[in-house]
Amino acid sequence: MNAPTLSQPVGRRDFIKLSGLAGGGLALAFYLRSGGEARAATSGDFAPNAFVRIAPSGVVTIVSKQPEMGQGVKTSLPMVIAEQLEVPWQGIRIEQGDFDLQKYGNQSAGGSNSTPNNYDQFHLLGATVRTMLVAAAAQTWKVPAAECRAAEGAVFHTSGKSLKYGQLAATAATLPVPAKEAVKLKDPKDYKLLGRRIPQIDTRAIVTGAPLFGLDVRLPGMLYAVYEKCPAFGGKVLSANLDQIKALPGVKDAFVFEGSGKVKELVPGVAIVAESTWAAFSARRQLKVTWDEGKVAGESWDGFVAEARRKAAQPGRVLRKDGDVDAALAGAAKVVSAEYLYPFISHANLEPQNTTAHWKDGVMEVWSPTQVPATAAGMVSRVLKIPENKIVLHITRAGGGFGRRISADFFVEAAAIAQRVQAPVKLTWSREDDLRHDHYRPGGIHFLQGGVDAGGKVIAWKNHFFTFGEGGSPGSGGNLSADEFPGRWIPHFKSEQTMFDTGWPMGPWRAPGSCVFAWVFHSFIDELAHAAGRDPLELRLEILGDRDMMPSSGGGTKGGGGYNVARMRNVLKFAAEKFGWGKKKYARGQGAGLAFHFSHRGYIAQVAEVTVAKDGQLRVDRFVSACDIGAQVVNLSGAENQVEGSVVDGLGTLMTQEINIERGRVTQSNFTDYPLIRITEAPLKIETYFLKTDHPTTGLGEPALPPVAPAICNAIFAATGKRVRQMPLSRTDLRWS
Amino acid sequence: MKYTLNVNGQSRMVDVAPDTPLLWVLRDNLELSGTKFGCGVGQCGACTVHLNGVPARACMTPVSTVGRMRVTTIEGLAAEAARLHPVQQAWSELDVAQCGYCQAGQIMTAAALLKDNPRPNDQDIDGAMAGNLCRCGTYLRIRAGIKRAAEIAGGMKEASQ
Repeated sequence: MNAPTLSQPVGRRDFIKLSGLAGGGLALAFYLRSGGEARAATSGDFAPNAFVRIAPSGVVTIVSKQPEMGQGVKTSLPMVIAEQLEVPWQGIRIEQGDFDLQKYGNQSAGGSNSTPNNYDQFHLLGATVRTMLVAAAAQTWKVPAAECRAAEGAVFHTSGKSLKYGQLAATAATLPVPAKEAVKLKDPKDYKLLGRRIPQIDTRAIVTGAPLFGLDVRLPGMLYAVYEKCPAFGGKVLSANLDQIKALPGVKDAFVFEGSGKVKELVPGVAIVAESTWAAFSARRQLKVTWDEGKVAGESWDGFVAEARRKAAQPGRVLRKDGDVDAALAGAAKVVSAEYLYPFISHANLEPQNTTAHWKDGVMEVWSPTQVPATAAGMVSRVLKIPENKIVLHITRAGGGFGRRISADFFVEAAAIAQRVQAPVKLTWSREDDLRHDHYRPGGIHFLQGGVDAGGKVIAWKNHFFTFGEGGSPGSGGNLSADEFPGRWIPHFKSEQTMFDTGWPMGPWRAPGSCVFAWVFHSFIDELAHAAGRDPLELRLEILGDRDMMPSSGGGTKGGGGYNVARMRNVLKFAAEKFGWGKKKYARGQGAGLAFHFSHRGYIAQVAEVTVAKDGQLRVDRFVSACDIGAQVVNLSGAENQVEGSVVDGLGTLMTQEINIERGRVTQSNFTDYPLIRITEAPLKIETYFLKTDHPTTGLGEPALPPVAPAICNAIFAATGKRVRQMPLSRTDLRWS
Repeated sequence: MKYTLNVNGQSRMVDVAPDTPLLWVLRDNLELSGTKFGCGVGQCGACTVHLNGVPARACMTPVSTVGRMRVTTIEGLAAEAARLHPVQQAWSELDVAQCGYCQAGQIMTAAALLKDNPRPNDQDIDGAMAGNLCRCGTYLRIRAGIKRAAEIAGGMKEASQ
C-alpha cells in the first residue's frame, strides 16, 4: 500500500501506459500473472491484466474487484469484459478479488461510482485480451490477424479452422500487450450480453443457502465475539463485571477497550469472546457495565428541533444569495411558508455488522463485508498500529450496503478483539447493536418561504436549513450545496444553514443529501404549483427553462460540475409520457404526483399514482421511473432491480423510519420499534424506463431513490389535499371523509 | 445437553445449552449457514426453516423444543442437489435477489405457501410473505417469483402424472 494509489479513474491512455509497463510498479494493477492457472507469474507471461485468467482448459475467470452488496457489480462489470472478450457467459467464472491496491486500484463501492469508474477500462481490458488471443492464433497459423476473428471463446480463421482460447493462452502469454490504437472495441450494435437481463452470478449460491456473506465465514478453531458499547454515544467504561462474565459457560475471555477517542472508529466497550455465538450472546445478558456517558447524554433530538424553531428567523450561514429575496417575497402575489422535518434514520442492513479476524505472526487477516477495503485496512493500521502490508483482507458479499459499510467501526472492533485472542474470531453485532450504533443519516429541519408572481411564476425562494454535525462539520449528506436545485434557477434566492454540533455518529446513507433534499424541495415546489394554480409538471418545466446546461457556481462539484438541463427536461417529459400525466381523472382519495432529481451522475424523473383510503391507509398503485444513466444499461435485470429497490426503499423510509435520540442514545431497539417496509405495503406496480443518451454510462445504486418520496407525497396531496411536511408519514394523519 | 436432531433428513447430534436457538445450532454447530440471523426476535423472517413442513422462526425456537420434528433448511429444500425446488428455480430465472441475505427465508416461506396453496393470488402472497423483510426491496420480484414457481410446480406435476 506504499505504492501509488489508483483512487482516480484510470483513463484509457493510462491503461495502455500501465499495460506497456507490465512487470513493474503501477503496471501490476493490470498485470495478469499467468496465461494458465498453473504457471508461475513471471514477466513476459500472457499478461493482459489482473482481472482475467484463461486456463489451458479454456475456463475463463474474471476477477470482480469491487465489493458486492446487492448492487450487482459482481455480475455487471465482468459482463463488460466478457462482451469484449467474446466468451460465452455460461461457464464463465467470477471470483471476488481480495483487497489488493497494487493489483486492482480503487476497490471501494459507494457513491454509485463502480460503473463509471471502471466501465471504459473494462471494455478496453476485454478487448485487449481478445486482440492478443487473435494475434496468438494468427501467429500459430502464420496468417494475417485480419483473417481471424474471435467468437464464443475461440478464434476462427476464414478457412474455417479454429482454436479455443485455452489452446491459445500459452502463445498469447509470449506476446506484447498491444497499444490502445491496435485494440478495436466492439460496435455497440454487436453487443450480445450488454443490455440483456442476466441473473446475478451468485444466484445459485443465494437460492441454495451456500456460504457467501461475512456472517457465514467459518474458520477452524474460530471463536465468537460480541462487543457492548455505551448506550449513549461514545461513553467510556468505568467498570465491568469481567470476572463474573469470564466464569460463565462457554466464555473464553472478556476485556475492555478504552477506544481510539473517535466516535466513528474504535469506540469504548466490553468484548466477550466465547465458544459459540449463543454463548457470547447469553453471557452478554449478564454483563454489567458502569459507564461514563459524557456530555452527549445531555443531547436530544426534540431539544434540537425546539432550538431550530426558536432560531428559524435568525440568520444562518449564507450558502447562496441571488437577487433580493425579501423584497421579492414582499411583492409576490402569493407566498407559501412551510417547515419540513425529517428524522435521523438507520441503514438497517439485514445482515448485521460483522467481521472475522485472525491475528497470527504479526499479520492481521480479515474477512469482512466492507464497502471500503482501503479505508478499513487504513483504520486498523492507524488504530491498532499494524503496518498496512501486514493486513490481509478478504472481501465477502455484504447483506446490504446502503452506505453503512463505508464506515469501518465494526471492522476495527473485530481486529482489535482478534489482537487479544489466540484464534480466529468472528464479531457479530446484534440487531440492537446495529440500530443503536449506526452511523446515521442526519435528520434536518427546513424553514422555507416561496413566492409566485401574478403570472404564476416562481420568483422567490428562501430556506433556513438546520443540520447536524459531529466534530465541527456536518454529517454525511447534512451539508446543503449552494447549487442544490432549485438554487441557480430562481431569480430571488437565499439559502442559509445552521449546524448543531453533536456527539452523534453520522454516515452516508443511500444518495446522501439528495435522499432528503429532493423530498423537501420537490414537495415545496409542488406547494408553490398548487398555490399558483399551476400544473406541477408544467411549472417544473418552466422552472427548468430553455437552457441546456446550467454551470455550477463553485459551491458544488457533484456530477463533475454543471447540471445538464436538457437531460433532465427530456427525462421528465419521458416520465410524464410513459405515465400518461394529466390524462386520467381521479376520484377523491386517488391522485398522481411527480418529482425529479439529478444525483450520482443520473437524471431521474418519477411519477407516483396512489390511493389513500378514508382511514388514511396509503397504497402506491403505480410507480413510473424514467432514467437517463447514459449510453448503455449494462445488465437490464440488475438495473431494473436497483430502481425497483430504490422505489421500495424510498417508500419504506418515508412511511415509518425514524431514529429518535434522547439523552444521547437511540430509543429504538429492533424491527419491533423500527419497522421496515413489508411486502403488504409495497407498490402494486413499478415500471422502469431507460432513456438512452450519448452520455457516459453511469451507476444506479443511488440516483433513483431521491425523487421517490416527493413523488409519492405530491400524489398524496393530489389525492387528499393533505401536505406531508414531516417524515415519517406515520406522523401525519391522512384520514379524510 | 445432547440433542439428536433430524435436519434435512439426516440425524445430527449436538451438545449445546437447552436455550440455544435452533438458528445458532444450525449455523455454528451444524455448519448450515444458509439460515440467516437478522433480528433475533422473530421480526424479519431471515431465519425461516420448516419444522415438520411448517415455516418457523429458527431464532425463536430453542433447540430443546425441537425434539423429533423434521427440520428442513434452505440447504435441504431441493429434493436432490441437481434439481432445485420450483421456488429456487423461479428465483433464479427472475433474478429476484439483490443482496440475497433475506432470500433463503423468503424462499422457505414461499415454498410452504405453495404447498398449501398451489395457485396463490397477490393477496395470498402478501398475506403469507408479510413476515419476511427484504431491506433491498425485492418485493415485486418476490410476488412474480412465487407466481412463476407455481407455474413451474404445476408443470412438473402435470409431467409426472
